[in-house]
Amino acid sequence: MSILVNKNSKVIIQGFTGSEGTFHAEQMIEYGTNVVAGVTPGKGGSTHLNKPVYNTVSEAVRQEKADVSLIFVPPAFAADAIMEAAEAGIKVIVCITEGIPVKDMIVVKEYLKDKNTRLIGPNCPGIISPEECKVGIMPGFIHKKGNIGIVSRSGTLTYEAVDQVTKAGLGQSTCVGIGGDPILGSSMKEIIELFMQDDETKGIIMIGEIGGGMEAEAAYWIKEHGNKPVVSFIAGATAPKGRTMGHAGAIIGGKDDTAEAKKKILRECGVYCVDSPADIGGKIAELLK
Amino acid sequence: MNLHEYQGKALLKKFGVPVPEGIMVESIDQAEKAAHQIFDHNNIEVWAVKAQIHAGGRGKGGGVKIAKSFKELKQYSSEILGMQLVTPQTGPNGKKVRKILIEENIYYPGPEKRSEIYMSVLLNRATSRNMIMYSPKGGMNIEEVAEESPELIFTEEIDPKTGIQPFQCRRIAFNLGLEGNAYKNMVKFVSLLYNAYVNLDASLIEINPLFKAADGKIMAADTKMTIDNNSLYRHPEICDMRDLNEEDPMEVEAGKYDLNYVKLDGNVGCMVNGAGLAMATMDIIKLSGGEPANFLDVGGSASAKRVEEAFRIILKDPNVKAILVNIFGGIVRCDRVANGIVDAYNNIGKIDIPIIVRLQGTNAEIAKDIIDNSGLKVQSAILLKEAAELVNKSLVLSTKS
Repeated sequence: MSILVNKNSKVIIQGFTGSEGTFHAEQMIEYGTNVVAGVTPGKGGSTHLNKPVYNTVSEAVRQEKADVSLIFVPPAFAADAIMEAAEAGIKVIVCITEGIPVKDMIVVKEYLKDKNTRLIGPNCPGIISPEECKVGIMPGFIHKKGNIGIVSRSGTLTYEAVDQVTKAGLGQSTCVGIGGDPILGSSMKEIIELFMQDDETKGIIMIGEIGGGMEAEAAYWIKEHGNKPVVSFIAGATAPKGRTMGHAGAIIGGKDDTAEAKKKILRECGVYCVDSPADIGGKIAELLK
Repeated sequence: MNLHEYQGKALLKKFGVPVPEGIMVESIDQAEKAAHQIFDHNNIEVWAVKAQIHAGGRGKGGGVKIAKSFKELKQYSSEILGMQLVTPQTGPNGKKVRKILIEENIYYPGPEKRSEIYMSVLLNRATSRNMIMYSPKGGMNIEEVAEESPELIFTEEIDPKTGIQPFQCRRIAFNLGLEGNAYKNMVKFVSLLYNAYVNLDASLIEINPLFKAADGKIMAADTKMTIDNNSLYRHPEICDMRDLNEEDPMEVEAGKYDLNYVKLDGNVGCMVNGAGLAMATMDIIKLSGGEPANFLDVGGSASAKRVEEAFRIILKDPNVKAILVNIFGGIVRCDRVANGIVDAYNNIGKIDIPIIVRLQGTNAEIAKDIIDNSGLKVQSAILLKEAAELVNKSLVLSTKS
């Protein structure tokens, strides 16, 4: 097993015919992802990359039984795209788009509350269950099927961790990039919960960063319910207070959301916290020996 | 995007939020004119003279004065305009004051007790909802209040489906211990302030102090406002308020090339693709015995042009003793990045400081060969650990020489 996506996932792409949508759809199809269709309003009835294009998500769900959607829609229209997917009954929505206004995401979060949908992102690299299904923009080839679940707020730093895990002779069950924004569809805790329940996952890597309380929330949950070793790295120990470090959500607001404060809580809750990002793979390999 | 006090107040005024009458000026002549204009309006020969810079604690550094005559007004204006204002938030070099705000006096006498309140509107990340944070202990740093008397800090969370409700505004006014006109004015103030926050796509409005005048009026005596950068596309009028003088010139320059750059005080520059990896790279520099000189995300593609611009910006910083380039090539191939780095290096010409390039991902070995055979004084690495060691080595060498 893996979490969220697997070889049976039927994936559609919103923003399919745009340049980014096209490029990554090709990469995903090449990887073996079951991309069943795309959605571009106004282009319904045509085909793109040999897949049908629909005007609406609900049509794609009806015709193709799609259950996963990947969103490449520009920021001004992305909140609408997420809500459209949720309304149509998509089970897992992955939103890659960076730069969605916070005000729009507040509305989205509220909208999703009574829907049977999980949102990953926005501003994230996506989800991959290696050798089964890639729903995102990550380079597929660095991944290897295995037993490590990875959850992260970052993109390239996640690839770094994946690469270290693979080079340590291990593989990944699923890697989830939850995104770098202040408002996210899924929290670290929620993804870690899924990993804890997943039989295939034997160890978990959690990559956090400055800003917000998500890592602490996950740590307290792990302390109570954790049943697998968790290795963590928190980026931004050297970041100054009050400055946004690339990710809209990576900003130190007070004394509780510094890297140091988070590491302290993680360690108190039994999470193995490494200070150097170079030690992530080695640490998890050591723990699983 | 951060705004000046006078800009924030002007925006609040548009939404009916009570603020003191004030005029922003850039010269002593204008300051005197502004003072006369305000005097004609209220017939009081007292004004606040307030330095306009993007930093708090201005009063502590002598950037806020109360002038009690036209003579004092001229004197304080000339003192503050052009001064290098140092506050607890500016750093030791301070910030040059180019603009001042001349404001009517709101600390006038009257039947009621005057008081300073704290109020801010911001996002509660834990619940993904906006909240109003407030305290009867205004006029001081809210973090100090949180330390000393956390029971005096209140929050009111707003349901996005309904927006702020009258009962919430009433609760806030009651918790602040207000009565009579002041109570009524506060109920109105809170509702208007929240409305402004939402409509402006603000990510923070902090009113400290929020002033209760001696006649029960409630006014924003100070305003700190930050607008959500991601929403600026729908607020062209706010985009025009950007004050480049308040930003680091290197950061402004980097922004022109779409590079996400934050200037820091260390001695090792870095260039990285991706924000998370960039922060991690800064952390590794520190663990290797250096201090990061910057945060710099060149973006996912790390194209040759952007790499060159990034080098030029990092090299402008005289404190930089070494540069660590850390690129994880996924969809962008490392060999292409390596060629870009070699081209950038050659285009720039002579670079005197050691450069360590770590390329990992697609074609990392080919990339390492390209760097190693380029004849340039660039050291290459594939593993993050190796890169860290090379940084440490070059720092040791540079302190010896």
